[in-house]
Amino acid sequence: MAEALQSGMPVRLSLRRRLVNRAVMAATGVAALLVLIPLFLILGFLGAKGIGSVNWAFLTHTPVPVGELGGGMANAIVGTFMILGIASLIGVPWGIAGGIYLSEYGRNRFGNAIRFTADVLNGVPSIVTGMAVYGLVVVTQGHFSAFAGGIALGIMMIPIIVRATEEMLLMVPQTIREAALGLGIPQWRTTLSVTLRTASSGVITGIMLAFARVAGETAPLLFTAFGNQFWNLKLNQPTAALSLQVYTYAISPYEDWHRMAWAGALVLIVMIMGTISVVRIIASRGMLKGAA
Amino acid sequence: MGVGIEVRGLRAWFGASEALHGISVEMRPNTVTAIIGPSGCGKSTFVRCLNRMHETIPGARVEGEVRIGSTDVYGNGTPAVEVRRRVGMVFQKPNPFPTMTIYDNVAAGLKLNGFRNRRELDETVERSLHMAALWDEVKDGLKKQSGASLSGGQQQRLCIARALAVQPEVLLMDEPASALDPISTAKIEDLIYQLKERFTVVIVTHNMQQAARVAEWTGFFLMGDLIEFDKTQKIFTTPGDKRTEDYITGRFG
Amino acid sequence: MSVSLACELNTQKRPELHLADPQPNVSKLEVVASTTPEPAPQMRRPHASTAPDKIFKYLTVTAALSVVAVVLLIVFELVWHSRLAISKFGFGFFAGSDWDPVSGEFGALPFIYGTLVSSLIALIIAVPLGIGVAIFINEMCPRRLRTLLSFTVELLAAIPSVIYGLWGIFVLVPFLRVHVDPLLKANLGWTGLFTGPIYGIGMLAAGVILSIMVVPFISSITREVMLTVPQNQREGVLALGATQWEMIRTGILRNARVGITGGIILGLGRALGETMAVTMVIGNRPEIAKSLFAPGYTMASMIANEFSEATSQLYLSAIVEIGLALFLLTLVVNGLARLLVWMTTRGSPSRVYG
Repeated sequence: MAEALQSGMPVRLSLRRRLVNRAVMAATGVAALLVLIPLFLILGFLGAKGIGSVNWAFLTHTPVPVGELGGGMANAIVGTFMILGIASLIGVPWGIAGGIYLSEYGRNRFGNAIRFTADVLNGVPSIVTGMAVYGLVVVTQGHFSAFAGGIALGIMMIPIIVRATEEMLLMVPQTIREAALGLGIPQWRTTLSVTLRTASSGVITGIMLAFARVAGETAPLLFTAFGNQFWNLKLNQPTAALSLQVYTYAISPYEDWHRMAWAGALVLIVMIMGTISVVRIIASRGMLKGAA
Repeated sequence: MGVGIEVRGLRAWFGASEALHGISVEMRPNTVTAIIGPSGCGKSTFVRCLNRMHETIPGARVEGEVRIGSTDVYGNGTPAVEVRRRVGMVFQKPNPFPTMTIYDNVAAGLKLNGFRNRRELDETVERSLHMAALWDEVKDGLKKQSGASLSGGQQQRLCIARALAVQPEVLLMDEPASALDPISTAKIEDLIYQLKERFTVVIVTHNMQQAARVAEWTGFFLMGDLIEFDKTQKIFTTPGDKRTEDYITGRFG
Repeated sequence: MSVSLACELNTQKRPELHLADPQPNVSKLEVVASTTPEPAPQMRRPHASTAPDKIFKYLTVTAALSVVAVVLLIVFELVWHSRLAISKFGFGFFAGSDWDPVSGEFGALPFIYGTLVSSLIALIIAVPLGIGVAIFINEMCPRRLRTLLSFTVELLAAIPSVIYGLWGIFVLVPFLRVHVDPLLKANLGWTGLFTGPIYGIGMLAAGVILSIMVVPFISSITREVMLTVPQNQREGVLALGATQWEMIRTGILRNARVGITGGIILGLGRALGETMAVTMVIGNRPEIAKSLFAPGYTMASMIANEFSEATSQLYLSAIVEIGLALFLLTLVVNGLARLLVWMTTRGSPSRVYG
């Protein structure tokens, strides 16, 4: 019986199986290569085309009309930081509070519903968020503003920070909470001064990732911050942002403006990559790894 | 039919730490050999070296010679895949494939080996489940139930059937009953006793009574060394080494 | 009160991690099922004021609830501002293929078509790439390279959409126009998908740029889900004499397929709502053409282009209705994806062996 079966079984691994194995495993390597090529091409082109136009004037001057030499994106750089500042003021405390709820109290169905809603909010197309904020803020106030832009980006930051905070707090061992409670520290103090503090590097990582994610957003700013060719430091006025400026210049028909678009994009990517690098450093040095 | 196993100077590492320090032993065809020893002594590592599963752990390394029948397990040009086909293995925790039916679980190894003939597949699956003493319990849900829907003991017998279906020459069992209740354990032990007619069986166990019940040969491992290898009866009645005696009389481990 | 809170906290199930654990992913999974030990005997405690604890809890509840409020507010805004179009056109809005603001005709079909087709092209390219990369990183590449490589792939997700668009206009589109499109036309023109004048800009370019953007989402979820497959499944297959690929296919991909499907759908959700890059390369013409060389228009890119230019109330509300449709579409798609991913990463592996 056994012999009959064995004679039908290939004793050596068939050539076909070996070839299929080799071919598929090689294909995964090719896939990796194909994915990395665009990344290096994008970063390469940004560097090559952008570096020539990034100079002191670019960082300190406002845009000039087509045909004139010089000019820069100083107003857009400042505007980006204004909008991101407002966004962080909204998104960070709100997100952390929501994350604390989910991890410390929300281990139940209600918490699951919130968790799911946060994931839904994270998946809402940014352009739709922009539209809603237009209706809520811009229409109500009667004008575009850095404030409206900040709200749109802040709303996008909330779900990311909520989930990151929750995940990091959950990694804090229960024994640490118990130790603090056992010392007679009230629950709220325990959560803030012990649990959150223990997880702080992870939470900061989550915040910075959220920051990096919204820093380059353009679509939600189209109808909120709107853009501006001039200096503006007022929160209730239309405000320029790097991403908006890159978009305007990229789709224009002028050679000069294209150069400016590459330069603006380079500044933007350096900002974002810088943030992410800091995240990596925090994540690799901090106690709680795995956030990035 | 089973074949003999010959091990010469087998050394194994996890990264920098050496788990086996030169093991040499010979096991005859169609016997049941029990490997006993305190936890961490290298007994699992030893059997995992016999079918080259040890090297699937990142950083793990093996040196020495293992022959199974006429196959040089670590010889140049011997594919690990072929070795594992000829040497079946049953793991400590039952690991049926949860996405497959009972039938597909048993047939999985055959299908991987390019076996497509429906009638022969059906026959082999049925025969393997009979050998594993599981047929009567599962024949109704064969192609409907998932392998994961069975009880723990049934899952382990399913895994044995899965290993038997590819007609191995050697069957390695790494504490196959440690996660099971006493009744399931008794069934598995009965099974092992019957299986030696067709296979050479090597079973790792931390349970000395189990070793005494099922095995004719026993090897005692301690801290990566094979201290003693002899007839089971001899090991348990008149061990030749003080350390073996200490272990079986319960003085450590 | 504080005592009861502490008890409630103690008896909750929660995953725990050692602080210095080098592989949080793996160990997190192993301990998910374990419950915390019995509550420690209550110690004498100076009675902590209960009022601040209550206030603190309500503050966090409020923050969490307001996430729901924000979503509801977005829905309300969209419905409110599109009520004109909804009442005037009804469901016919989604069947109409004419979009002519001047004569007041609004049909959403070209935008829905463009959104779906460009996302489909993206998935066709990105799914094999994303899964391939995930397998390569998890199973093939040397351990030392693993972190670097996964970080590099995920950097793709950090590049802003507008930069993809910029690169798309000036690098990808000319490349497609000169090198790729003519080849496709010559060899696959008979399918009807690659015919007509070659602009470079168009549906195909949008699909290609989208595919690059969604690959990191698909690959990172696939990797995560693959890691949740228990080690004993791989060993089970290997011990039967499987090759490495057979092990991955039978032991890993088969067990992880639900989660991987979730990852793919999540990628789809991203592609559907992606705005700037698509707007910059798709051509922005509300037409339904079979050829992928032809310009198209997506729901998101139409909103980006026309929202601030809408001159009449009806025009504006038609645009908002498209935004509402886009919102609902991504809601369904993302909800489904999350459900599938949760099912694998939380439920099945432990259920099988529990």
